[in-house]
Amino acid sequence: MLDKNGIAQRIAKEVKDGFYVNLGIGIPTLVANFVRDDIAVEFQSENGILGMGPFPFEGEEDADLINAGKQTITALPGASFFDSATSFGMIRGKHVDLTILGAMEVAENGDIANWKIPGKMVKGMGGAMDLVASAENIIVAMMHTNKAGDSKLLKKCSLPLTGVGCVTKIVTNLAVIEVTQNGFKLLERAPGVSVEEIEKATEGKLIIEGEIPEMVL
Amino acid sequence: MINKTVNTIQEALKGVEDGMTFMLGGFGLCGIPENAIKALVQKNIRNITCISNNAGVDDFGLGLLLQKKQIKKMISSYVGENAEFERQMLSEELEVELTPQGTLAAKCQAAQQGFPAIYTPAGYGTEVAMGKETREFDGKMYVLEEAYKADFAFIKAWKGDEAGNLIFKGTARNFNPCMCGAAKITVVEVEELVPAGALDPNQIHVPGIFVQRIFQGKSYEKRIEQRTVKS
Repeated sequence: MLDKNGIAQRIAKEVKDGFYVNLGIGIPTLVANFVRDDIAVEFQSENGILGMGPFPFEGEEDADLINAGKQTITALPGASFFDSATSFGMIRGKHVDLTILGAMEVAENGDIANWKIPGKMVKGMGGAMDLVASAENIIVAMMHTNKAGDSKLLKKCSLPLTGVGCVTKIVTNLAVIEVTQNGFKLLERAPGVSVEEIEKATEGKLIIEGEIPEMVL
Repeated sequence: MINKTVNTIQEALKGVEDGMTFMLGGFGLCGIPENAIKALVQKNIRNITCISNNAGVDDFGLGLLLQKKQIKKMISSYVGENAEFERQMLSEELEVELTPQGTLAAKCQAAQQGFPAIYTPAGYGTEVAMGKETREFDGKMYVLEEAYKADFAFIKAWKGDEAGNLIFKGTARNFNPCMCGAAKITVVEVEELVPAGALDPNQIHVPGIFVQRIFQGKSYEKRIEQRTVKS
């Protein structure tokens, strides 16, 4: 079974040379730590930067240089700044190659819910609805089940949707799963996790074809 | 050169009244019009509708207007990090319209550029699209979103000249350029106001035509919301 860093490490393998990548808040942010350093990748933060770098050293923080999580960051050589309309133009216009974000629920048809729990304080969708509505390559990083032990990979989302039919891949603490027209297709098992355990933790339709390999990190 | 300079905050806010709709630039606390917000608090302008990506924190940014219950309605994409906001929202003292971030930027920019509405895929199939017209283009569904209508846009830029030409710094740019010229009157505060001719025309981010008033801001706090460093 993987921890949050393990999920991020596995997702980092999906990041290819020449990709522009948008990372959501939470586990997705950790992905940047595991991307191979022999490939060229630029991270986009939707508040208006391409070429986002790591956190600054203490004393070098700049209030005018933050990411979408409002954290102080740095800009790498080749970085650029732009306004919010241009930023979402990049996203809507499909110029960003890969979007990685967290979720509360994903349905077997690729629907995603990650912004609102009825009865709880709603903070807002931020840029999530724009990202999922436009990106063609969306990987969800999340735990396979919620704190109550219930599956987050469902036949149908129970929470208000963020987007419809948009998720392409899911990486959880238990498995790598592709979202196909016929349902969740199991691609890989996390180290030490059996196919049966994954089946038990998946409420939606799980397609298992042949031997399922253990993931290589 | 058409001079857009005003010398006092009173002049900059002339015509501001209760019940108006304001656009305010900024993302979190980054690039917010600190001087204009403080002046709106002092003038005690009430029943305001604010179009702003976020709603500040308890004791800074738009949180200052919330503290004094001056805001009637917030139109934002994300409103976390603010306990007073949460209290007013849950007690229904405050009306909140949550809008996807890219749609919010596009609705401002549409107003600036004379489009009555735009089609966006964001929010299709969700509660954001409820009651809105939808249409299919090339096999994909889009939601019709109308341009915002606002009385004033309050903008923060890094440098500006007397003609109202603006340059922004870092990610403090964010929503600011999209809101310039998107309201009836655009009021810009800058960290450094320079004479016309002092800025390179090649480097201007927003041309002065979108700006009605510009003034030299003062006492910028530029608070950092999440100070993150590496060791």
